Amino acid sequence: MKSFDYVAVTKPADAVRLMEPQFRFIAGGTNLVDLMKYEIERPDRLIDISRLPLDRIETTDAGIRIGALARNSDVAADPAITRQFPLLAEALLAGASPQLRNMATMGGNLMQRTRCYYFYDATQPCNKREPGSGCGAIGGFNRIHAILGTSEGAAKTQCIATNPSDMNVALSALDAIVQVTGPKGTRAIPVIDFHRLPGDTPERDTVLEANELITGLDLPKPAIPGKSYYLKVRDRASYAFAVVSVATRLAVENGRIQDVRIALGGVAHKPWRIVEVEKNMVGKAATEETFRAAAQQLVAGAKPHEHNAFKVQLAQSAIVRALQTVATS
Amino acid sequence: MAKKLIGDPIDRIDGDLKVTGRARYSADMKRPDMVYGVLVMSSIGNGRIRSFDTAETLKMPGVLTVMSYGNAPKVAGINKNKPSEVATDRVMSLFQDNKVHYNNQPIAMVIADTFEHAVDGAARVKVTYESQKPKPPLPAGRNNTFTPERLPRYDDQVDTKRGNLKAGLSGASTKVTETYTTPTQTHNALEPHALIAYWEGEKLTMYNATQGVSGVQKRISELFGMPKENVRVIAQFVGGGFGSKGATWSHVMLAPMAAKLVGKPVKLVLMREHMFGMVGWRSSTVQKMVVGTKKDGEFTALSHDTISQTSAFDEFAEPAGTISRMMYASPNMESTHRLIRANIGTPSAMRAPGEAPGVFALESVVDEVAYAINMDPIALRLKNYAETDPHKNLPFSSKSLRECYQQGAERFGWAKRTPEPRSMREGNELIGMGMASSIYPVNRAESTALVRIKPDGKVQVETGTQDIGTGTYTVMTQVAADVLGLSPDDVTLSAGDTRFPESTTSGGSRTTASTGSAVTQAAQAVLKQAKQLAYKDKRSPLFNVAEAEIVAENGRLQTKSDPRQGETFVSLLKRNGSKPLEAKMLSKSADEKDNYSLNAFGSIFAEVRIDEALGRIRVSRMIGTFAAGRILNAKTARSQILGGMIWGVSMALLEDTLIDPRTGRVMNPNLAEYHVPVNADIEEIDGFFIEEKDETVNPAGVKGIGEIGVVGSVSAIANAVYHATGKRIRDLPITLEKVLDYR
Ligand SMILES: Cc1cc2nc3c(=O)[nH]c(=O)nc-3n(C[C@H](O)[C@H](O)[C@H](O)COP(=O)(O)OP(=O)(O)OC[C@H]3O[C@@H](n4cnc5c(N)ncnc54)[C@H](O)[C@@H]3O)c2cc1C
Ligand code: SF4
Repeated sequence: MKSFDYVAVTKPADAVRLMEPQFRFIAGGTNLVDLMKYEIERPDRLIDISRLPLDRIETTDAGIRIGALARNSDVAADPAITRQFPLLAEALLAGASPQLRNMATMGGNLMQRTRCYYFYDATQPCNKREPGSGCGAIGGFNRIHAILGTSEGAAKTQCIATNPSDMNVALSALDAIVQVTGPKGTRAIPVIDFHRLPGDTPERDTVLEANELITGLDLPKPAIPGKSYYLKVRDRASYAFAVVSVATRLAVENGRIQDVRIALGGVAHKPWRIVEVEKNMVGKAATEETFRAAAQQLVAGAKPHEHNAFKVQLAQSAIVRALQTVATS
Repeated sequence: MAKKLIGDPIDRIDGDLKVTGRARYSADMKRPDMVYGVLVMSSIGNGRIRSFDTAETLKMPGVLTVMSYGNAPKVAGINKNKPSEVATDRVMSLFQDNKVHYNNQPIAMVIADTFEHAVDGAARVKVTYESQKPKPPLPAGRNNTFTPERLPRYDDQVDTKRGNLKAGLSGASTKVTETYTTPTQTHNALEPHALIAYWEGEKLTMYNATQGVSGVQKRISELFGMPKENVRVIAQFVGGGFGSKGATWSHVMLAPMAAKLVGKPVKLVLMREHMFGMVGWRSSTVQKMVVGTKKDGEFTALSHDTISQTSAFDEFAEPAGTISRMMYASPNMESTHRLIRANIGTPSAMRAPGEAPGVFALESVVDEVAYAINMDPIALRLKNYAETDPHKNLPFSSKSLRECYQQGAERFGWAKRTPEPRSMREGNELIGMGMASSIYPVNRAESTALVRIKPDGKVQVETGTQDIGTGTYTVMTQVAADVLGLSPDDVTLSAGDTRFPESTTSGGSRTTASTGSAVTQAAQAVLKQAKQLAYKDKRSPLFNVAEAEIVAENGRLQTKSDPRQGETFVSLLKRNGSKPLEAKMLSKSADEKDNYSLNAFGSIFAEVRIDEALGRIRVSRMIGTFAAGRILNAKTARSQILGGMIWGVSMALLEDTLIDPRTGRVMNPNLAEYHVPVNADIEEIDGFFIEEKDETVNPAGVKGIGEIGVVGSVSAIANAVYHATGKRIRDLPITLEKVLDYR
């Protein structure tokens, strides 16, 4: 780890004003400090934002607003969240460990980096860490990697990394909106547009600019309330990232689907949602057949690698299981 | 004070210290003026270092020096740094040349005034290499093997033949031939390898996380070419070793070399990612098994051919075939061990070395045979039960495996199992039940202990053993207390330091058998002295009483027939000049190994629940039943076998060191990505002992229990997976995609 300066701020405006390209915001530190230990991040200065007054969970007319510095464990235990958005609480509790969740913040979780082994090892080629150096995962160990939306063109831009967060998958299914402030003012970014596919610039995980600060998350009240479920498939029963996960919301009346959201984790560079597929399900019978057809459409065009071909099947089974679980609950 | 008996579930004597954080491990020690070393590791798998650029590092505040092949002190005993007959003497990387044999090999050490400065400095060292393509580990190279010089245990042969395999196979009505593969596993003890080394003139002291203080003392003194007496090694507490702290690895020499170079005490703690390669690991294996059987299940032939991997510069062969030689009464048996060379760190013993992967293969193929001939797997094992050791052609000192099968089956409810694969199910889950035999040989080495009865009637035991977290310190006080008729609270133990009488390395489940026997014998010897003092002393109530009539109880010597006739140790010693009595004993095997086969046995029953659509595998129940001689402490013993069984879950389902064949680099060198079970993975699990009185095996009457829990658990789970799904997984770990239902 490289030596660094440290400054703590108490006002969001100060955080933005002090930010420079070689600096990093630090919130819970559970991801950033690891990255610094592995020399993946080598900031000159840390701007500690953990004391910003942005840790509240407030009920608004439109839904709930969660401050970017609210801790994952506090959000998961919040009565308003567990009542109105149990999907978020479930996804948060499925992630990491209690100790990590006590430190981890909502903003930090949104921004956590991929777990790709090659990204984490500074001696290995990685287009995300070092643009143009190549992709170690292609031809290497890629069991945990993406099957959808990958970037596989020129060697210098290839990337098959996944976004590892559980929370982000739930936020995607909840149509959450990310609130951001920066030198040019504030903006609101729907979470489905916040994370991006690697394209030609795998070094960019999100559309956030380096000097922008996440201030909060809005969870809009769904127009048609339904039920939800977070299904996480992992290699051990706890304290493991998802191999594949599904966050789903489903409203059924008289056996017909009224509204549905399906977001997939562990399969792409961002939570994987296809709005068209969801729209097409509306009005159809809430049966295994419908679910299976939707699952197929969601993974259509999957491009597996040597060790992750099983994810194509697993993702579909997980989608069907998750939808069935909601439909029968 | 009520006397606590041998076998009682006594709390660890160091429990309070550990849970309150007061137990001081090697890295907790401090020395005035201490500086910090951080290793620089190679980032190529094979080749030479062309140059180090240390300019930036040396400019950093607090950095004293960078030790590498240019300036490292020369090692006087470097000729001893070569492949050895002693399994714990490994070839080290001591910065004496510029060769790189594997990726993540230590190549330099940055030494600075603080840990932070050393870490930063290490990251700024720039290295250029002349790189060659690394030789990849297994499964590559399996067609290009060589025969190892030896197996790690000196009395194990590399290859064996009994009877005539070919003839045996031609006499078989069913033949099963299958290949089983296991991955490279890394020990990952919770406590990192750590040491503090400092010189006082010619004398070297090391606080070192090790499984064997005397082994380190011997190895370090011979490499420095100095008398053993000048090296003192202390390991007050050790946070797990599992074999990885059994050998003296490079860092244990590098820290004192650095201390010499800078003239200050040096502290060196390995980072988690450094411990994937330079401190040993369990080799990956490829094991071919052949079993020939008659219709009634009688084995006519059995063979076990193992390929494992070693490094480019040292030789360690995973002894996976040794159990197959003696487990079943097959008249015809052959076994071989072969090696491939790869650019990796040298493999080493890891908890149940050989036995864990070997018995996975053996007890899996036996299960396959049971299905092939439609026979209950327990009945098949009983049909081939070895009444005597067919390999050594010796009787067993004791063997209660039959009872282990029977009691295990009863506790588990084996009778409720329907043998047909995929025949048991509940909701989304298929249920599978599997069983396997477990075994672990009794090892014993030389150990010395001193027992002293002090004038205040309290007892002091001194022995240079170490407690690697198993409860050794607790058990040693119990052993002495038992012989001397005291409560363990009256016994204090001094250990974990080469100042005390030399004791063996804690590995191969041998500590209680070896050092426990030494403590037993020393306590018996000092008791004899006390008795003599009493019956020769006119003023003693025991004057002229026959020695055999005198017993020790509750801190007293008294006659068997009348407990009131006697006196306390305190009064005896007070009258005789208030001097302590003491006896020191060197304990070693007599001829028991020549006349008997010495082994602990057990059975493991496992239930798994598998959600095929999601590939989710749960080990919902596990029961281990073991017969391992005398059990000295029910609590620490149970912890050992449960810990072993959890290791079995880990090996069966999770552990896998991902070595990229292109670079020889480990890609998951941390505990987030190298998976071991968490609490949520372990559901119902229990372990039981069948008491076994074995007076032949050793004076303490004990067999090792540190490793036997692992051995059968792996195959019991794999067999249960087959029963649940009808899928025979011969390649560990059994991850979800291997049982996933593809539609
Ligand atoms: C062993 C381990 C296991 C884990 N398992 C899981 C798991 O199973 N599932 C899962 O979902 N997660 C898991 N995690 C990840 C964990 O959820 C994240 O580390 C955590 O959410 C990050 O939050 P933080 O506040 O600590 O972020 P930090 O580490 O402080 O920051 C992370 C990044 O976000 C940036 N950042 C933080 N806040 C803001 C803000 N307000 N505005 C702009 N940028 C910001 C930082 O600059 C940094 O780049 C695991 C982590 C570990 C270490
Ligand atoms: S998958 Fe992406 S993150 Fe991983 S090595 Fe390739 S470029 Fe880097």
